[in-house]
Amino acid sequence: MSEYIMEVNDLKTHFHTKTGVVKAVDGVNFKVKKGEILGIVGESGCGKSVTSQSIMRLVGSKSSEHVSGEVRYHGEDLLLKTEREMEKIRGKDISMVFQDPMTSLNPAYNVGTQIAEMPEIHEKKPKKAAWKRAVEMLTKVGIPSSEKRAHQYPHQYSGGMRQRGVIAMSLACDPDLIIADEPTTALDVTIQAQVLDLLRKLRDDTGTAIMMITHDLGVVAELCDRVAVMYAGKIVEEGTIEDIFDRPKHPYTKGLLNSVPRPGRRERLQPIEGQPPNLQNLPQGCRFQDRCPFVMDKCLAQQPELLPAESEQHTVACWLEEEGQPDGDRGTRKNRQPEEAL
Amino acid sequence: MATEELVRIDNLKKHFKISNGIFRKNTVVKAVDGLNFSVYKGETLGIVGESGCGKSTTGRLLMKLLEATEGKMYFEGEDVSTWDKQKLKARRRDFQMIFQDPYASLNPRMIVEDIIEEPLKTTDMSKEERKARVKQLLDDVGIPQDYRTRYPHEFSGGQRQRIGIARALALKPKFIVADEPVAALDVSIQAQIINLLVDLQEEYDFTYLFIAHDLSVVQYISDRVGVMYLGKMVELSESDDLYENPLHPYTQALLSSVPVPDIHHVKDRIPLEGEIPSPDNPPSGCPFHPRCPIAKQHCKEEVPSFREITEGHYVACHEVK
Amino acid sequence: MSDIWYQFKKNKIALFGLFMTTAFIIAAIVAPLLAPYDPYKMSGAESLAGPSMAHWLGTDQFGRDIWSRIIYGTRISLKVGIISVGISLVVGTLIGVVAAYYGKWVDSVLSRLTDVMFSFPDILLALVIMAILGPSLTNLMIAIGIVYTPIFARIARGAVLTIKNALFIEAAKSMGISNVKIMWKHILPNSLAPLIVQVTLSLAFAILAEAALSFLGLGASPDTPSWGIMLSEGKNWMEQAWWIAVFPGIAITLAVFSFNVMGDGLRDALDPKLKNESS
Repeated sequence: MSEYIMEVNDLKTHFHTKTGVVKAVDGVNFKVKKGEILGIVGESGCGKSVTSQSIMRLVGSKSSEHVSGEVRYHGEDLLLKTEREMEKIRGKDISMVFQDPMTSLNPAYNVGTQIAEMPEIHEKKPKKAAWKRAVEMLTKVGIPSSEKRAHQYPHQYSGGMRQRGVIAMSLACDPDLIIADEPTTALDVTIQAQVLDLLRKLRDDTGTAIMMITHDLGVVAELCDRVAVMYAGKIVEEGTIEDIFDRPKHPYTKGLLNSVPRPGRRERLQPIEGQPPNLQNLPQGCRFQDRCPFVMDKCLAQQPELLPAESEQHTVACWLEEEGQPDGDRGTRKNRQPEEAL
Repeated sequence: MATEELVRIDNLKKHFKISNGIFRKNTVVKAVDGLNFSVYKGETLGIVGESGCGKSTTGRLLMKLLEATEGKMYFEGEDVSTWDKQKLKARRRDFQMIFQDPYASLNPRMIVEDIIEEPLKTTDMSKEERKARVKQLLDDVGIPQDYRTRYPHEFSGGQRQRIGIARALALKPKFIVADEPVAALDVSIQAQIINLLVDLQEEYDFTYLFIAHDLSVVQYISDRVGVMYLGKMVELSESDDLYENPLHPYTQALLSSVPVPDIHHVKDRIPLEGEIPSPDNPPSGCPFHPRCPIAKQHCKEEVPSFREITEGHYVACHEVK
Repeated sequence: MSDIWYQFKKNKIALFGLFMTTAFIIAAIVAPLLAPYDPYKMSGAESLAGPSMAHWLGTDQFGRDIWSRIIYGTRISLKVGIISVGISLVVGTLIGVVAAYYGKWVDSVLSRLTDVMFSFPDILLALVIMAILGPSLTNLMIAIGIVYTPIFARIARGAVLTIKNALFIEAAKSMGISNVKIMWKHILPNSLAPLIVQVTLSLAFAILAEAALSFLGLGASPDTPSWGIMLSEGKNWMEQAWWIAVFPGIAITLAVFSFNVMGDGLRDALDPKLKNESS
């Protein structure tokens, strides 16, 4: 078996609407290694959540939703599985943690029952053993007096505890991949720190790979081993966190890093001007062309491929890589109005 | 920096009564519980804190959108509580607000120029003067003039926030309360708006109260920062001083929890146990004591006073000497 | 606006309702052109004549042309509908907006009042009011108007309550805009959709109520060409001349049905959830 547990090849998810085709995910390729934490980072509408939903086959069932490409999980294409087969995989081999811990738990059942349900269904465990496992999981995610807490209902948990409960549920069947979609976004900073620590510790203890979907570069820097940066339905840059944070190549990645205020620093922020393109009306060529300070004629004509830069594992989709990097501000900044174009 | 006081609040409190039905005792939520601070002319005072700390309520109290339960508020030295309806209406133009949600804060059935013109209609400006002012404001916030007859839903989040900012600026206020103005925006757009807010302050010369949960943003934009926890201010100081030399254990923990987009950023995470208690049943003594790593017996009993430790650096903690 | 039309258009029955409603309105306006006879003119010789080329829908016991009377009847029905619904719309919305915007005891008093009115069956309440006011077309419109006021009050209150807490209302307050202006410029335009739907639905009910009350002899004077009165008189002649009752009956059914399906279609088209999907 290869070191990769999942290989996503040319994944496309297109939504057909009244006004046209929305290319939410448009040819995405990446691999997830065993036991790694892979960050998928991007701003709203870049397709990072739709990517995860497509992998889990949570989109694609309606006639207006078209998913194509390959999602190889241990060599088998998940996109070719029947719904029954998928049900056996979801929650057991691959589980998900969502942003809103409020709605991911059913208010009508106590937390223990909901966690125990997983091993009951997937591993055919008897009720007692499943319950024991649930309590074990709650202890593992750091819920104090878990024996007692397992009997409580979601509304008796605070926000941070609920997210721990959801993580406990996702762990209950020893999955080898957890897809976490903005799991800390709804939480306060101090609670977020606790949950991030927990996720890292769980990976270290169980060897579960985590696909961390987030908009927060800080979270990526704290938690991930590798990162894929998404923009307008495509991955524009991928590499280890050292590659991305120390040697970013793509102008969008650089722009993102320069946009974030950092504690203790006062220099003027350098925002990326403009706003992402409309996914129904994508430009020919590179999707970042309207906002790129280094835009060239070639960028308007042809879409760059995701190709290795410097090292095999650090890939970038940018024509500048072929032309050689601009040193500093050599690229002429187009005279642009400060507003985002409609 | 000028140290002329623009706003001063004195033991400001806001308690919400929540009815639990006829037969049960009402719950009192102490959203804001005894705040004292001043805002100086021309500065940006940041207020930071986690959910339930009362930062938004504070902003609304200062805007007179909520009536304070107790305490005094002075604007340019005048006691605001003595203002009658007429006077309040006349003075409203001096303090304005920028809201968090650029989607909900604009009336979906009004076009942009009407939205920005609306506050101007409370003045005695002529129609031509108002039109000219709207034009100027659109330029100031970077919205093209051709867009002035469009509806809010035709704009992106960042552009809507620009419209909201233009509306707040319309009356040339002296004081602007910005309540999480960039929280709903994407990172790249957030930076555009932060720069705009900074530029406008230079151009229009007003004072900000900048409320946010994001410590990095608050610290970046503010001259001074106040940290709130459970309705109280626990620390207040110059922004850089707060970052380099946080004194309150909560501030220290908060700073260490902020994820920094820099893999070489070294920090000793100070883990906080448990979660924020509910403001309807705050702990006795220091509100932070149940989570505090250095809490002593007296922290459970006595409420620490908010005192000046070094010049301009205030802390409410028994253990800080 | 185009969004609403796009949604509405998809609903074929609603489109039929709109078409019929328009037809009724046109008929009411140009009644003298469409009616071959004077609706009041009696003719003993032609009484109780069945449908024929001369009298398409026959004549009644006094020899009056049924078709002409039905055409003129649209005027009565629409007049009663529009005026009575107008009364309930204005009064009800006012009550609802004031109750929701000011809240507290104002809301309690007004809401309890509407609740009490709600607890009576519509027709019974109208009957009681008619009994107090005395039978006449004006009083009939007032009675129907009063009966439907609580529905509008309740809808307006609900709509305002959801809008009231919107951030843009707080924004308007923070700029020093007066309460009356906020209600007029910010709250009302955003609460209009459910009220418009209710207007079309209530029009159908009002037409039906007018017919029912006239049938019971509480409406206009007996010689007025009102569908309800025609139906009421026709029932005495069912065995000899079915057309006297049946055609006004069809007119009532058609009018009520048209307004109803149009209202339903409008409700679906104005539903913000559906609208978002299409935009």
